[in-house]
Amino acid sequence: MKSTFYSALFAAVVTLILTCLMLGVNLKTEGIALTVSMASEGTWSMIIGAVLAVFLFQLFREKLADMINLPSLPSADHFIPEGKKGEKLKQLAISFVIAGMIIWPFFASRGAVDLATLTLIYIMLGLGLNIVVGLAGLLDLGYVAFYAVGAYTYALLSLYYDVSFWVALPICGALAALFGFLLGFPVLRLRGDYLAIVTLGFGEIIRILLNNWTEVTGGPNGISRIPKPDLFGLEFSRRASEGATTFHDFMGISYNSSHKVIFLYLLAVLLVIVTIYVINRLTRMPIGRAWEALREDDIACRSLGLNPTVIKLTAFTMGASFAGFAGCFFASRQGFISPESFVFIESAIILAIVVLGGMGSQLGVILAAIVLTVLPELAREFQEYRMLMFGLLMVFMMAWRPQGLVPMKRPHLELKTNE
Amino acid sequence: MLEQLLYFVQQLLNGLTIGSTYALIAIGYTMVYGIIGMINFAHGEIYMIGTYVTFIVIAGLAYMGLESLPLVFTAALLVSMAVAASYGFAIERVAYRPLRGQTRLLALISAIGMSIFLQNFVRLSQGSRDIAMPSLITGGWTFGDPSSFEASLSYMQVIIWVVTLVTMAALTLFITRSKWGRACRACSQDLGMTNLLGINANNVIALTFVVGAALAAVAGLLLGLYYGVVNPYVGFIAGLKAFTAAVLGGIGSIPGAMLGGLLLGVTEAMTSAYFSSEYKDVVAFSLLVLVLLFRPWGLLGKPEVEKI
Repeated sequence: MKSTFYSALFAAVVTLILTCLMLGVNLKTEGIALTVSMASEGTWSMIIGAVLAVFLFQLFREKLADMINLPSLPSADHFIPEGKKGEKLKQLAISFVIAGMIIWPFFASRGAVDLATLTLIYIMLGLGLNIVVGLAGLLDLGYVAFYAVGAYTYALLSLYYDVSFWVALPICGALAALFGFLLGFPVLRLRGDYLAIVTLGFGEIIRILLNNWTEVTGGPNGISRIPKPDLFGLEFSRRASEGATTFHDFMGISYNSSHKVIFLYLLAVLLVIVTIYVINRLTRMPIGRAWEALREDDIACRSLGLNPTVIKLTAFTMGASFAGFAGCFFASRQGFISPESFVFIESAIILAIVVLGGMGSQLGVILAAIVLTVLPELAREFQEYRMLMFGLLMVFMMAWRPQGLVPMKRPHLELKTNE
Repeated sequence: MLEQLLYFVQQLLNGLTIGSTYALIAIGYTMVYGIIGMINFAHGEIYMIGTYVTFIVIAGLAYMGLESLPLVFTAALLVSMAVAASYGFAIERVAYRPLRGQTRLLALISAIGMSIFLQNFVRLSQGSRDIAMPSLITGGWTFGDPSSFEASLSYMQVIIWVVTLVTMAALTLFITRSKWGRACRACSQDLGMTNLLGINANNVIALTFVVGAALAAVAGLLLGLYYGVVNPYVGFIAGLKAFTAAVLGGIGSIPGAMLGGLLLGVTEAMTSAYFSSEYKDVVAFSLLVLVLLFRPWGLLGKPEVEKI
C-alpha cells in the first residue's frame, strides 16, 4: 500500500512538472521584450484537476482493475466462410453500394459532393499507404511526398507541354513509383526504423525543393489554372477552348457548373474502385502473400527463398504509385497546387486513417477515411484540436487495439471443437 | 588569400557551434537506440520544449527582477533539464513501455503519434507564432582586417562549446564510472541477461530516456539563446538532423554521435556558405542516404551481425 502511495505521488508530481510551465505560463513577445503571464484560472484548475486525477488513478489502479475488467472491445472474431450464399450476398451488397454512390450526387448538394470527392481522395491515399504500412509492415512517414510528385507532374506537364489529364495520369503514377524505387532502394536493405526516418526526411526535402525551385515550380506561389479532366474530349467549362466541344453543347443541355463537380466525383469513385480492385487482386497474388509473410516473419521468409529487399521494394513502389495517381487527380480537381498542400501533417493524417481503420483492412481504411475527413468538416470548432487528437489516437490505438477498429479478416477454415 | 582563409575559419567556427548542439541531441537518439533498438521519434520535440522552458524561466526571472546572468543561466539550465527529463520519462511510460515485446512497427507508430501530440500541445498552449528573445550574451572577439573580411567568435559560441564539452565529459564519466552507467552498458549488450542478473531493466530504459531528454534540453537552451527564436515546429527538423548525425557517427555509439554531430554541423555551414543556404537541409538529408547506402553502420559503429 505504501509503495503504491509513493508511486502515485511520483506520477502526480511528474504530471505537475509536465503541465505547470508549458500550460500554466504563457510566453508573449511584446516589442522586443519577452514577457510571461499566468494562464487563466480555468487552465490552472484544469492542471490541478489533471494532477489529482493521475494521483487517484495511480493510487486505486489495481482496485479499479479488479472491479471492472476494462478495456477490451469485442475481440476480433474469426471469419468462417459461409459458402456460396454469403459470397453472393456480399457481391449484391457491393453492387448496391456502388449504384448508390453513382446515383447519390444527382440529389445531393454541391458542397456535399465536393466533400465526398475530397474524402475519396483520402480513401485512395489511405488504401495506397495501407499497402506499405498495413500489408508490408513498413512505416512510411513521407507518403505525401509521392502525392506531391504526382500532383506536380500533372501540373508541370500541362503547364509546359499541354498534356491532358488522361495521358498524364499513368505518367504521374509511374514517376511517383520511380521516386519510391529510388528512395526505397538504399533504405530497404536495412531495418524498418531507417525507412521511417528517411521517408520523413524525404517528405520534407520534396517540399523544400518545390518551395525553392521557383523557376520551374513557381515556388510558394504554386501553379494555378491546371486544366480539369475532360470526358472523351468534352470539356466541362462554360466556353470551349479552341477546337474542343463542351459537355453541355454536346448533350444539348444548358450549362450548369455542378456538372463539373459531379463529373469529378464520379471520376474519383471510378479511381477508388479501380484501386480497391487492383489491391484486392494483389493481396491474393504470390507477391501480396509475400508482403504479409515478410511482415510477420522476416527470417522464415528468407529461409523460404524470398528476397526481402525486392519484396519490400515492390510494396513501397506500389504504394507510391497510388499516391501518384491520387496526386494527379488532386491537382486537376483543385486547379491550383502549392507546396502548402504537401506538408508533414498530411502524411500524419493518412497514417492516422490507416491506423484507425486497421492495418491491412480495406474496409476499415475506407470507413476511417470517411470518419476522419467528414468529422472535422462537421465540427469546425474542433479543427484546432484535430492534430492533437490524431496524435493521441495513434498512441492509444497502438496500446489498446493495434489491429484497428475493423481488423483485417482473411478467409480461413477452422475446426469446430464443441460439436 | 587571407580573407578567404578567414571566411573559411568563420564557417568552420559556425559549423562547430551548431554541430556541437546536434551532437547533444544525437546522444539521446543513440542511447535509446543502443538499449532498446528503437528510434525515439519524440526526441526532437523534447529539444523544442527545452527551448520553450528556457525562455519561460528567463522571462519569468526578469519579471521578478533577477538579472544576474550566471544565476539566470544556471536556473534556466536546471529547470529546462528537469522539465525535459520529465517529458522523456512520460514518453517512455506512455508510448514505449506498453508496447515492449510487440512488433516494432507498433512502437514506431505510437512514438510518431507522441511527437505529433507534443508538437500540437505546445502549439495550442503557447501559440504557433515565432517567439523571439533579445540575446542575453552579446559581444565577442574579432580577427582580421576590419576593412575587408572580419571573422568573429562570439562569447555565446564559446559558451556553447564549453557547456557542450562539460556535459559530454559528465556523460562519459556517468556511463563509464557510475553504477547506473554500468547497468546501461550491460543493458545495451543483452537486455534479457541483465534482467536475469537482478537489474531492473525497466528502470534502466527509463533512465536512458531521461538522460537523453536532459541532454536535448541543454541543446535546446544553447540553441535557443544562440538563435533567440523558437516556434513549435523547430523540433521536427532538429530531430531529423540529430538523427542523421547519430547515423553518420554510427547509431548506438556515443563517441560516434559526438563526431557525427560535429561533421554534420560543419557540412551544413559549408553548404550554406559556398552553395546555398536554402538547400542545407537537402544536403544533410542526402548525406544520410549516402551513409545508409555505403556504410549503414556509420563511422564509429560496428556492423550489425544478425543472429538467428
